[in-house]
This record gives sequence, structure tokens and C-alpha cells, in this order.
Amino acid sequence: MSLFSFARKQRRPKSAQTAKDRLQILLAHERSRGGADETDYLPMLQRDIVAAIRKYVAIREQDVEIRMERGEKMSSLEINIEMPRPTPS
Amino acid sequence: MTVDLKEKPPLGRVIVITSGKGGVGKTTSSAAISAGLAKQGHKTVVIDFDVGLRNLDMTMGCERRVVFDFINVIQGDARLKQALIRDKRLENLSILPTSQTRDKNALTKEGVEKVLDELKQEFDYIICDSPAGIEHGAQMAMYFADEAVVVTNPEVSSVRDSDRVLGLLNSQTRRAETANAEPVKAQVLLTRHDPARVQSGEMMTVDDVLEILAVPLLGVIPESPAILRASNTGTPVVLDQPSIAGRAYEDAVRRLTGTEVEMRIEGERRPRLFQRLFGRAS
Ligand SMILES: Nc1ncnc2c1ncn2[C@@H]1O[C@H](COP(=O)(O)OP(=O)(O)OP(=O)(O)O)[C@@H](O)[C@H]1O
Ligand SMILES: [Mg+2]
Repeated sequence: MSLFSFARKQRRPKSAQTAKDRLQILLAHERSRGGADETDYLPMLQRDIVAAIRKYVAIREQDVEIRMERGEKMSSLEINIEMPRPTPS
Repeated sequence: MTVDLKEKPPLGRVIVITSGKGGVGKTTSSAAISAGLAKQGHKTVVIDFDVGLRNLDMTMGCERRVVFDFINVIQGDARLKQALIRDKRLENLSILPTSQTRDKNALTKEGVEKVLDELKQEFDYIICDSPAGIEHGAQMAMYFADEAVVVTNPEVSSVRDSDRVLGLLNSQTRRAETANAEPVKAQVLLTRHDPARVQSGEMMTVDDVLEILAVPLLGVIPESPAILRASNTGTPVVLDQPSIAGRAYEDAVRRLTGTEVEMRIEGERRPRLFQRLFGRAS
């Protein structure tokens, strides 16, 4: 009986709690840089990454893809770089 | 069906969700309408024009994935493709979030036009979530619109502001300024409608509002706890568990795409005047 209700609770959590959790995670990130957007540096980061890789490989600006997922304990930044196909010699 | 849609060139229709008055349900409606369109198989993107007060991302539930934004794209700091966030629930749906740090003046007519033109190459519907007011941000959101959804609550200041916005749509848009262009097609979406309070005479009827604004009705969305629940979890209401409000939005979306759907106002009898108005327009 109690096991059943526990399982049901797990499946459909109250939405207010979800709202609070989402806000806490988001605001923690937003406040961490004094109210400014914590990802404001991303355009510059992107430029630097492109510049660094270009020292070795000819890539274009559009070959770099940046994705982010902000989490409670940590965030992940995913950077995908499409490398040019080696030219046949 | 998806294959059929893919072979056709994208429709590229720009629809602004606007109101004048704040807090009437623009962002809620932008989320519901864009998700509804995508659910029906249309490639859809929803853009947050409320620069400085990013909120659409929370309503859509993608707030943790924002990297670049609309303003980054306008200013050339990021490419459009990088800024678009693909919805995790619907593959046809993308979100273009706005900046939280810039101010509204970062929106330029040229910049907005460039982004919209690029989006038109890929999407059938481009939904623009306007900020409140009638200042620069709201004007940028409506300027390039082909259609407008004027979100209105059955309440005096909201109706008054909707009337002003309808005036702006007829004068301050590209369509209004272009000779021989069809005017922006404007429709009213009445939200937070409460049949019980209409019944008791506390709230204006759908009829009353349409008589004053004299534009076609896109739909009537009831005041509903489902809206709060959906926003709590970051789910557009049409993707959440079934609700009357969700169904009302789905009906409105079908009308938006040109399907005739009987107007149902849950709990209320169908008034005659809006039948006439709606009939004339369609
Ligand atoms: N049909 C409805 N029933 C109940 N609550 C609603 C309904 N529509 C909107 N709301 C609530 O009204 C509030 C304002 O909605 P929303 O943010 O969509 O308005 P807005 O017009 O985008 O506001 P702003 O002008 O600040 O951008 C939210 O708390 C939302 O949950
Ligand atoms: Mg809003």
C-alpha cells in the first residue's frame, strides 16, 4: 500500500517543487556573476578556441559548435569542432 | 506526412504575439502556439523579443541550455545555428532565446530582418514573443509580422491596450508602410477567460470584447490551473497532461493554420456576435 503510493509520488512530483528546483539551479548560476549573464564570455571563448585550433588546423568559424547544460552541482560545456577532411596527397 | 512537409519549401510565416499590457499571457501563448504548431508537423521557431527579461526559456523548459542568444546573432558574435536551441520533446521546434544583459536598443530593424530572413529559409512558422508595452522592443517584434495574435484579457485596461496595439499593427509595420501590401492579419486571442465570472456579470463576455475590438477571434483560453502547472515544469501547456486550456490552444493553432474549428468556450454558450465576426473573416 505505502509502497504503491510512494511509487506514484515518484512518478508525478508536485509541480511547485519542480518550479522551485528549476529556479534554484538557474538563479545560482545567474547570481554567480554578480547578476550578469554567466555565459557572457562564451562569444569570446569561442573566438579564442577557433584562434587556438587555427594555429594547427584550418577550420572555419562555423565548424565550432558550443552546447551547454547547467546542472545543480556542475555544468557541462560541450564543444564540437568539425575537422576538415584530410586533403588527398 | 513529415516527408511531404520536408519536400515543400518552408512557409516562412512571421507571427507576432503581442498585447500592449503586460502579464496577459503572451509568453504562455507563444510557448503553447509554437509547440502546438510543431506538434502538428510544422517546422517552428519561437523567438524571445523581451530583451533584458529572458523568460521564454523558462516557459519552454530550456533555460539550462542557453548558450548564445538573439542579440549575439544580431551583433555577429554567434551564428544563428549556434543560438537556436532544439526542443528535446519535438524535433520540429526550436527556440531562440534573448539576452539578459543587453537592453532593447540592441534590437535593430536591420538585425531583426536579417535573422528573420534566415529563419524563413528553414521554418514554416516564426513566432515572435513580444515584450509588453508599445516601445521599441514591442515595435521590433511586430515590424516584420505577417500576422498578429493580440492576446487580450476580458478586462478594461487590457482591451484598451489591445486596441492601441491594433492601431500600431495598421501603421507601424512593414506591411503598413509598403504600398499595396496586405495588412498584417490580426486576430484576438482572449485568455484568462472565466465563464463563471462572465455568468455572474463580473467579467465582460467574448461578445463584448469583440464588439469593441472588431477583429476576428482566434480562440478563447480559459483561466486554468493547468497554465501554472505547465510553467512550473517548463512545459508548453499543449505538451502537458490534457487540460481544457491545452485543448483551447490546440484549437487556436488549428485555426491559425487555416483549419476551420468550431469555437468552443467551455462552460459558456456561443454568443451570436462573434459568430458573425468570425464568419466574416474566414
Ligand atoms: N489562461 C491562464 N490561466 C491562468 N493563468 C494564466 C493564464 N495565462 C497566463 N497565466 C499566468 O499569467 C502570468 C503572466 O503570463 P505570461 O508571462 O505568459 O504573460 P506575458 O504577457 O508574457 O507577460 P509580460 O508582459 O511580462 O511578458 C503567468 O503567471 C501565467 O502563468
Ligand atoms: Mg512575456
